[in-house]
Amino acid sequence: MNVILIAVIVLGSIGLVAALILFFAAKKFAVHEDERIGQVQEVLPGANCGGCGFPGCSGFAGACVKAADKGSLEGLLCPVGGQPVMEKVADILGMKAEASAPKVAVVRCNGTCESRPRIAEFDGAQSCRVQNMLGSGETACVYGCLGCGDCVAACQFDAIRMNPEMGLPEVDDEKCTACGACSKACPRGIIEIRLKGLKNRRVVVLCNNKDKGAQTRKACSVGCIACQKCVKVCKFEAITVEANLAYIDAEKCKLCRKCEEECPQNAILAFNFPPRKPKVEAPASAPVASSDSVSDSSPVGKPAAPAAGASQAQA
Amino acid sequence: MKTFHIGGVHPAENKLSAAEPIRTAAIPKQAVFSMFQHIGAPAVPVVKKGDEVKVGTLLGEAGKGLSVPVFSSVSGKVNKVDAVLDSSGTRRMAVIVDVEGDEWEDSIDRSDKLVTMKDLGGITAEEVVNRIKAAGIVGMGGATFPTGIKLMPPPGTKAEAIIVNAVECEPYLTADHRLMLEKPEQILVGIQLIKHAVNCPKAYIGIEMNKPDAIKLLTDLLKEKAAQYPGIEVVPLKVKYPQGGEKQLIDAVIGRQVPAPPALPINVGAIVQNVGTVYAIYEAVTKHKPLIERIITVTGKSVKNPSNFLARIGTPMQQLIDEAGGLPEDTGKIIGGGPMMGRALMSLEVPVTKGSSGLLLMAEKESRRGEVSPCIRCAKCVSACPMGLEPYLLASYTRLKDWDGCEKNDVTSCIECGSCAFTCPSNRPLLDNIRVAKQTVMGIIKARHMEAIKK
Repeated sequence: MNVILIAVIVLGSIGLVAALILFFAAKKFAVHEDERIGQVQEVLPGANCGGCGFPGCSGFAGACVKAADKGSLEGLLCPVGGQPVMEKVADILGMKAEASAPKVAVVRCNGTCESRPRIAEFDGAQSCRVQNMLGSGETACVYGCLGCGDCVAACQFDAIRMNPEMGLPEVDDEKCTACGACSKACPRGIIEIRLKGLKNRRVVVLCNNKDKGAQTRKACSVGCIACQKCVKVCKFEAITVEANLAYIDAEKCKLCRKCEEECPQNAILAFNFPPRKPKVEAPASAPVASSDSVSDSSPVGKPAAPAAGASQAQA
Repeated sequence: MKTFHIGGVHPAENKLSAAEPIRTAAIPKQAVFSMFQHIGAPAVPVVKKGDEVKVGTLLGEAGKGLSVPVFSSVSGKVNKVDAVLDSSGTRRMAVIVDVEGDEWEDSIDRSDKLVTMKDLGGITAEEVVNRIKAAGIVGMGGATFPTGIKLMPPPGTKAEAIIVNAVECEPYLTADHRLMLEKPEQILVGIQLIKHAVNCPKAYIGIEMNKPDAIKLLTDLLKEKAAQYPGIEVVPLKVKYPQGGEKQLIDAVIGRQVPAPPALPINVGAIVQNVGTVYAIYEAVTKHKPLIERIITVTGKSVKNPSNFLARIGTPMQQLIDEAGGLPEDTGKIIGGGPMMGRALMSLEVPVTKGSSGLLLMAEKESRRGEVSPCIRCAKCVSACPMGLEPYLLASYTRLKDWDGCEKNDVTSCIECGSCAFTCPSNRPLLDNIRVAKQTVMGIIKARHMEAIKK
């Protein structure tokens, strides 16, 4: 009986002393984490994609709280969650969300198997990085898509797929969060994170070739030859030609599609526009509506009649 | 029999053109001189469209830092100075010359007469190095490192052995072999010049046993004229790839191991020069001839006449193939260099450069890589790696983008010899992946250096 009593008292007092030490230690060395960080993190998507430029969602939450203390959430955007999530974050932090336009990844190469003939075959490791390092790829264009799908492997949202017929990656606008992982994975810097545009409509130069016109023409039938025609036709000064390559500034572009018509190489393409139709015809509402809502980023170009059919076939 | 100690493989030799004497290739109609024929900064063009040039006229002067000048190998008019596709598939600055006649600069001695050290009188070491630098000579085994720089050992190091690389361990290639058979004395004078330049009493010529005629010829010559060529020794080596690698050759010949980068061969007292470079040095110093031509093997199992050409630099590859009997119908791959380390060419308009040691036309059937299957952990690549690396591990780290892991496992020591991929029973593209890792890690290390310097 005595033994048990001693044991209980000894252990009990050790426990008590330890508890006291722990209690004071916890008080003394407590790490104060701003509870708002946790709250912000909860409303974030939790994809940890790094598209915001911070290491994971907790990193972004921390950055948001820090920025809020400084007085502005400017420059911070969760590309996956977009505006709704940023509004929630702003609510938690008692701020106003900066308006931001949604973005999307755009593959700036239209060198399909038809328009850009294969002049060689690469049978090494199937990776764009490797292919870009070892040589100039399978076509004569040293700027175009290599087609091994490093971007597809990099995407966490299943938003980019290789189209085996074209040999080019295709972005699913709905799924794309503009996190930029594909853009970073592309060794040739073809993929641009671009403004999604009004009603998802975009006019883009689908080319990355910085060679002179004659060389570009030899390599690809739809390459930008820097003829400057688009620059001249644009009323909004949205187009610039630098290093033999035209670029349309999405912020200045008013989506008039004049450049698309003017381009002799068909290097400028308009996405998600309703097919061009003579005005006399009654507006066929069904295909127009579907191409607006589905928005599978299939270019709806000049050939007005087959355009709707083509977009269906691709989908 | 001497050889290097770690790893190595035995690819089929296929030295089809070993018995073919060196033929002089025709002067091309148009020659392309890339300003980027060497490691380091590209040369800077000094001619413009319409300029008249002669054989030996300076076309591009050495760029800043590590660089060498480029000379015209033909006479004629400059057609244009423009960026053209080179053999690696990138556009680089080049001077294109339309050929008219064959006029040489007066300063070049075109006679065949052997010039010995005695004829040169008391030429200083500095003068030798200066002439080598001015001639635009680079390592002609394929690495194209500026030779003049190699012959100026950094302070604190001393050359104790010159090793002449006459191994030619790449299958198919026979350019160095033929050169030794046809210009043995010139090579010996070249070796003397190098010895003189770096003040080193001892030189070795490393030759693999599959070239017994070259070994015999040089050994006999050295015996016969022992007084004239002192301190030079022929070292026969056991046949094993990649014995022509600088570090492997040093290990094989003098038994010293070069530590991991950034250590250089000179840190263990060795300077290695390819036999082609030695010949170019001879011509530059004794004949004032810049590096304007080189010997290149054009070969392949289906090639009608596998040949060794003395070709002007800038000659399009297509012309050499025509002279060797035309492009065989079954050609699947055309490789610049040897089959182990060479790279496939995208186009036959690519010109001969200072580093082109061979042109290999492979039949469709043999050029195909086998189907890739999973790694079976046989560790053949580990036993084959001459640098003692673990290729399977490095390739896995690369796939996982674990650059720290790559760096810790010494990916920068890789000499890209291709023994791992050659030996892999699963046909895994080990070297492809390791090359990516090596380049990435070297970039990371460089960035780190820059940051450290900034701080």
